[in-house]
Amino acid sequence: MFLSKDPFNVIIGGVGGQGNVLASQILGEMLVSQEYVVTIGETYGASQRGGAVMSHLRISNKDQFSPLIPEGQCNLLISLEPVEGLRILDTYGNPRVMTLLNTRPIHPIDVISGNATYPEVSKVISKIKELSRRVWTLNATEIALEMGDPIFSNIVMLGALCAIDVLPIHRQGFEMIIRELLPSRLLEENVKAFDKGGEVVQEI
Amino acid sequence: MSSVAQNAPGKTVLLMGNEAIARGALEAGVKVCAAYPGNPSSEIIGTLAKIAGEMGLHVEWSVNEKVALEVTAAASLAGLRGLCAMKQNGLNVASDFLLNLNLTGTDGGLVLVVADDPSGVSSTNEEDSRIYAKLGDLPLLEPATFQEAKEMTKTAFEMSEQLGLPVLIRSVTRVSHARGNVSLDEIPKASPKPRFENSRPRLAFPPVPTHKALHEKSEKARQMFEESSFNSYRGPETPELMVVTSGSGWMYALEGVINLNVRNKVGILKLGTTWPLPENFLLENLKKTDRILFIEEVDPFLENNVKEIYAQNCFDLGLKAFFGKASKNVPDIGELNPEIVTRAIQTLLSISYEPRPPDYAQRAHEAASDFVPSRTLGFCPGCPHRATYWAIKMALALDGRDGFVLGDIGCYGLGMGPSGFGQMKTIHAMGSGTGLACGFGQLDRFGLEQPVVAVCGDSTFYHAAMPALVNAYYNGANFLLLLLDNSATAMTGFQPHPGTGSTATGETAPVIDLRAVCEGFGARVEVVDPFDVSATVETMLRLLQDEKGVKVLILKRECALVSAKRQKNLYKVEVDQDRCLGESCGCNRLCTRIFKCPGLMWDVTTEKARIDEAICTGCGVCAGICPASAIRKEVA
Repeated sequence: MFLSKDPFNVIIGGVGGQGNVLASQILGEMLVSQEYVVTIGETYGASQRGGAVMSHLRISNKDQFSPLIPEGQCNLLISLEPVEGLRILDTYGNPRVMTLLNTRPIHPIDVISGNATYPEVSKVISKIKELSRRVWTLNATEIALEMGDPIFSNIVMLGALCAIDVLPIHRQGFEMIIRELLPSRLLEENVKAFDKGGEVVQEI
Repeated sequence: MSSVAQNAPGKTVLLMGNEAIARGALEAGVKVCAAYPGNPSSEIIGTLAKIAGEMGLHVEWSVNEKVALEVTAAASLAGLRGLCAMKQNGLNVASDFLLNLNLTGTDGGLVLVVADDPSGVSSTNEEDSRIYAKLGDLPLLEPATFQEAKEMTKTAFEMSEQLGLPVLIRSVTRVSHARGNVSLDEIPKASPKPRFENSRPRLAFPPVPTHKALHEKSEKARQMFEESSFNSYRGPETPELMVVTSGSGWMYALEGVINLNVRNKVGILKLGTTWPLPENFLLENLKKTDRILFIEEVDPFLENNVKEIYAQNCFDLGLKAFFGKASKNVPDIGELNPEIVTRAIQTLLSISYEPRPPDYAQRAHEAASDFVPSRTLGFCPGCPHRATYWAIKMALALDGRDGFVLGDIGCYGLGMGPSGFGQMKTIHAMGSGTGLACGFGQLDRFGLEQPVVAVCGDSTFYHAAMPALVNAYYNGANFLLLLLDNSATAMTGFQPHPGTGSTATGETAPVIDLRAVCEGFGARVEVVDPFDVSATVETMLRLLQDEKGVKVLILKRECALVSAKRQKNLYKVEVDQDRCLGESCGCNRLCTRIFKCPGLMWDVTTEKARIDEAICTGCGVCAGICPASAIRKEVA
């Protein structure tokens, strides 16, 4: 598939523990297997412990770009958590950005302790809509919980990403990478999560 | 099979910078690899540990960075190739040995990778390790891309053997912990036989002649670097501005030039070999322009050393304007990014740059400030450290003498923040909590009335706290050491250590028992499970108030992330909505406002606590905290 921009800049954002590093690695591997040049920059370490996390993917037909996307130059935002989507658009959004959003909140300890409030999710979604050219949503965490483990949310999101047809990726590519990266007993469940994401995601 | 181990020359794979370094070492025929884990360096040796068996390597997690360097230096002195990796703080620990090894020299290729962490994303400090190359007259390479990380590692092994010196590679977070395309080359099959040459003893002594020999090697390294393909100039023959850069700065500089569309005005001088600097190559390129901007992460290392070379040659070169950290065009603290570099170039060219419409930026900013709560770092749900700090808070309050906690490095360093209830009051180097306690524990003779408590993780204890504990008993210090034994080096990715019973490569190892070690060092030792909160508080309080001396309390409970890999949740936890009295309870929302485990939520509609089933790991600790017994745990 032709990239609508080169480099095409993707941010996968969320909260430490949601699996954004694995999601970015799987997506990167899928693209490299199709001969794209990919750079991924990730937040690691202390930020994993319940902090806001991001992976930056730069996808190009020809050049290796820096692992950090410049301000205002995100083309596609995949947010695993609602307010994290707004946090990222603050720095990297622009009028042309497209957003794929998991609508299930994770409360920060600042909210749990009562020092901050978590906004109504519907308001967050409408703000994200105002700041994006196109928006797709789904409750990936709920699907993962129905499957028995919230750990699948990131894979549900990748399935949704494949279905919205913004990036040159496909289901067979996903299966191939999962076979390489994870033990074979985990293949079936992951493919199921991937397919579920594709079924449920909707443009709003 | 791990793509790092594939013998598939010509194939392109996606590798993390650290994996690319590991792959480079394999392609160079490395045999012995050692490290103490520390981000952003951990995956270099971690990757090699996973494939040690199939590749025929010895790979170990050493007890600390100095020992790791000694282990790999031994391989070198026996003629094999050795790879050692560490983070910036690690090089401080290893430096004593390194600054003698440079004098004795090496045989088999010895490469020391140090991964710096600009902004201290996963560190307690921000530090530029390149200064050690200058201090020790050691050759230094700085990769800018993933492919280069692999190639430089191979070159470093070759150079090390040609010079008889360890070669340093300085990486940074955005090279080590980023991923990109890497094209693979062949992995050789040679298996040289190690032998120590008795006729060539390796002595730094006498220092003056060995220092002289070191200077000669350093000069030879400079000559090699003059021709290195890792150094290059890209841009117009007479640029308006020349960016001199290395490592991660190079990609940001390229990005800046693209963003501003100034390829015809700005040249980029990329240096891959940054100590000793290739003086002639630099002088040749400095002639191209009279305006020079330095882009590099952390300290002005290139900036100051290039200026030194310029000063020596200024009559030939004429007047030049240098921009960088000294001129405040680039920040002298924190990590760089494409934005900072783009703005620095923009200012010097006096051109405009607008990455997005200003009204959009304003709307996005308003939405974020209206709606986005901050997300303070905290312990994971089910983390034993939360329970430990809760017990510390209770025990110190019950004791009532204003006791304080001396901290150390690991996940439990978050004990300084809200999820450790602000209990931890100091943090310095590995083992320093116990070392400081040795000193505070002597001050009662001058009238210090507060009880002294130190915390230390299991891996940190083996790394650097053991000598401090010996010192404490020998010199008669008074304090309580809390050993937070979660059976893993959790912060850096759950690597095994001498207390876990397994090695880096997954083989069974003898357990160096924490209790036996502490008792052997003369301390009085007790063990509790921090999830038994009341017993933990009671034991801590008793030990605080007991007779003088060194007392050790081991808080034994496996890291929640490690146990989650093996077993399902211990308990199913629920908040009984009838029993929870909400704001009217009088507990002041103890579970959420004070204990604040992320697995709990405060439901604003019912005004009661509940469990977030997507987060809770079922440790059950909160059930013991609720005064209304509204939080119930049932064995899952």
